[in-house]
Amino acid sequence: MTDETVSSDPFYLRRQSTPSQPPPVLSRGVPAFVRGRLFPNLLSGGLTLLTLAFVVWVLPGVVRFLFLDAVWSAPNGAACRLPGTGACWAFVAQKLDYLIYASYPRPATWRVNLTLAVGSVLILWLLWPGAPRKGWGALLFFVAFPVLTFVLLHGLPALGLTVIDTDLWGGIFVSLLVALVGIVFSLPAGVLLALGRRSQLPVVKFFAVVFIEFVRGVPLITVLFMANFMLPLFVPDNWSPDRLLRPLIGVALFASAYMAEVVRGGLQAMPKGQFEGAMALGLGYWNMMRLVILPQALTIVIPGIVNTFIGLFKDTTLVAVVGIFDFLRTVDTAGLDPEWAGPTTTTTGYIFAAAFYWVFCFGMSRYSLMMERRLSLGRR
Amino acid sequence: MTFETPAHAKPRVAPWYDPRIRGFAVQAILFVILAYVGYVVVTNTATNMVRRGIPLGFDFWNKSAGFDIDLTLINFSAVSSYGQAFWVGLLNTLLVAAIGVVLATLLGFTIGVARLSKNFMVAKLATVYVETLRNIPLLLQLLFWYNAVLKPLPGPREAIALGGGIFLHNRGLTLPAPQFGAGSQYVVAALALAIVGALAYRGWARSVQRTTGVQKPVALVALLLVVVVPLAAFFAAGRPINFDYPQLRGFNFVGGQRILPELIALVLGLTLYTATFIAEIVRAGILSVSKGQSEAAAALGLRPPQILKLVVLPQAMRVIIPPLTNQYLNLTKNSSLAVFIGYPDLVQVFAGTVLNQTGAAVQIIAITMAVYLAISLVTSLGMGLYNRRMVLRER
Repeated sequence: MTDETVSSDPFYLRRQSTPSQPPPVLSRGVPAFVRGRLFPNLLSGGLTLLTLAFVVWVLPGVVRFLFLDAVWSAPNGAACRLPGTGACWAFVAQKLDYLIYASYPRPATWRVNLTLAVGSVLILWLLWPGAPRKGWGALLFFVAFPVLTFVLLHGLPALGLTVIDTDLWGGIFVSLLVALVGIVFSLPAGVLLALGRRSQLPVVKFFAVVFIEFVRGVPLITVLFMANFMLPLFVPDNWSPDRLLRPLIGVALFASAYMAEVVRGGLQAMPKGQFEGAMALGLGYWNMMRLVILPQALTIVIPGIVNTFIGLFKDTTLVAVVGIFDFLRTVDTAGLDPEWAGPTTTTTGYIFAAAFYWVFCFGMSRYSLMMERRLSLGRR
Repeated sequence: MTFETPAHAKPRVAPWYDPRIRGFAVQAILFVILAYVGYVVVTNTATNMVRRGIPLGFDFWNKSAGFDIDLTLINFSAVSSYGQAFWVGLLNTLLVAAIGVVLATLLGFTIGVARLSKNFMVAKLATVYVETLRNIPLLLQLLFWYNAVLKPLPGPREAIALGGGIFLHNRGLTLPAPQFGAGSQYVVAALALAIVGALAYRGWARSVQRTTGVQKPVALVALLLVVVVPLAAFFAAGRPINFDYPQLRGFNFVGGQRILPELIALVLGLTLYTATFIAEIVRAGILSVSKGQSEAAAALGLRPPQILKLVVLPQAMRVIIPPLTNQYLNLTKNSSLAVFIGYPDLVQVFAGTVLNQTGAAVQIIAITMAVYLAISLVTSLGMGLYNRRMVLRER
């Protein structure tokens, strides 16, 4: 009888308790980190060794090139031509003036500096969360500042500022100018286009959709080509736009189509009750948008706007294709100076430019992440 | 049966406050303004073009181009027409876009998964890669690869040998070129047959697994089929495929296949730049699958690679595919940056050289834009169809 009960016992049942397991390894501290995050198993440990080997292989060379073997100051390129030297920072230091202002007349560079200073203050005002009177800041930035920029950079003889031809403009300040024109124009235009796309009027909607999809479907280069070659044909002969104005128009149109899609995202995220509430209060279309919908919609898409601006800022490098001396083009041109010719000159120039763009774009992307976190905090 | 609307219920509204009349008026005004602008632009353009002697029609399309192109996938010489040059440029754009899309997808998925790895070194390295290259303009990266890396390479005589008959020098990359002799069609046919056989085996193995639960070694059998069958055909047909190895003669390589440095720089730049965005998309897609899914899969006894392949990725793909397609389009559009380093793509050949030679700016830019627009629209159309099929049907 007992035999039968034993044999009918399912074979997968344990008969005795399992041996006790070893105590867990420390869950904190260096040993736990090494075991848990570096060598948890054979495959992962192998990957760790591989990546470590890669870092050890690459990093010393990079540090030596950028810092230890670099030439920090030299009157000309002779020191940079010696074999085994690294980055030629002396070249950047010598050419910094040119890289910022290009051929802008030196006595007038204070006008560029003043514009940049005013612009930075206004942008900080607008981007600082919780800064007071942002409405005034926006008014100054989108209306007064463009006028000031034009007067200062281009000149106004009535105020004693000599006119400086745009052929002489170039360098970092032109790159910033292109980005600035893009943002100042594209934000209002993008809002209008987004409203047009969400409009119930079929004709308005049709034109908005056609414009947005057309611009987003073609590369920026072709838009710049169009602005450069076709704009002068579109207008009467004596109206032909300035050499620098054409790509600015192209960039502004291009950016507004992308901005429109970002703003549309914000409009679509608005709950229907907001529209209905505003209408119930008797607000007309524009008052509803101005007072109720847009303030909320634009706030939630601040990260998207900043990301679009990052893309726009990187894209400003393309204006060189129609002959504008933007920052990257001046870096290229400065590298052609025979006095500084050397094996590392070009590379140094590119690394400097990369660092410049990286600091701007990385900073903005961090800002956008921060805003995203702040906004999601209030919405949870 | 008709209802008489009571007179008192009819709101008395002045016509300029009636939303329908207002909407109509607004649209009419907008239409008139835009039509007028369009009319002015067209007449101005016509008069300007006539006055400047710019050709009006498409006569240039069949005229002889008179220039050479470094990379042509179809027959092209200096006596070919401008129309032929357009097709050469378009094919070169599609070539670089196709290579870029494949490589960027592979790299992007790898980096995206690596960023989520529990391994500290792997995750950090992937993060550094993404955050660095994503924030540097693509044009700057292209110029760097072309001007600072590929151009200063030694000439063919001091070429860097990468082994296997591959040489890197300042005129590009020289590879052994396969030569297809008589009988090589059997090898290709055998390869096709092996692939069909492997697919059929997979289908059979799946149906077996569905009915009995027994798993067949699909990967092993497929690998064997695809390797062994063509190899057998290769030897049976008397080794018809040979490699033409490049030889250094004088100052240059003879034989083999040379890949332009412009193409290398463009593919390198586009791949490394786009892969950062794809990596972020993949990461976001994987994070969007709730943790309960992988925990439940683990509770069912699946191993980590199986969890990723069978449970997490299929759900993540729903989130990944739409922005991924967007990145493919961006890559295709960004390939127009080729004009800066002289790779003969559509913009460089057609909107560059052909435009400068013929002066037909309006027609050429319109055609160029239409090509990119067509690519974009076809892709978004396909995307819409896919989305309709894949959208989550919630009950």
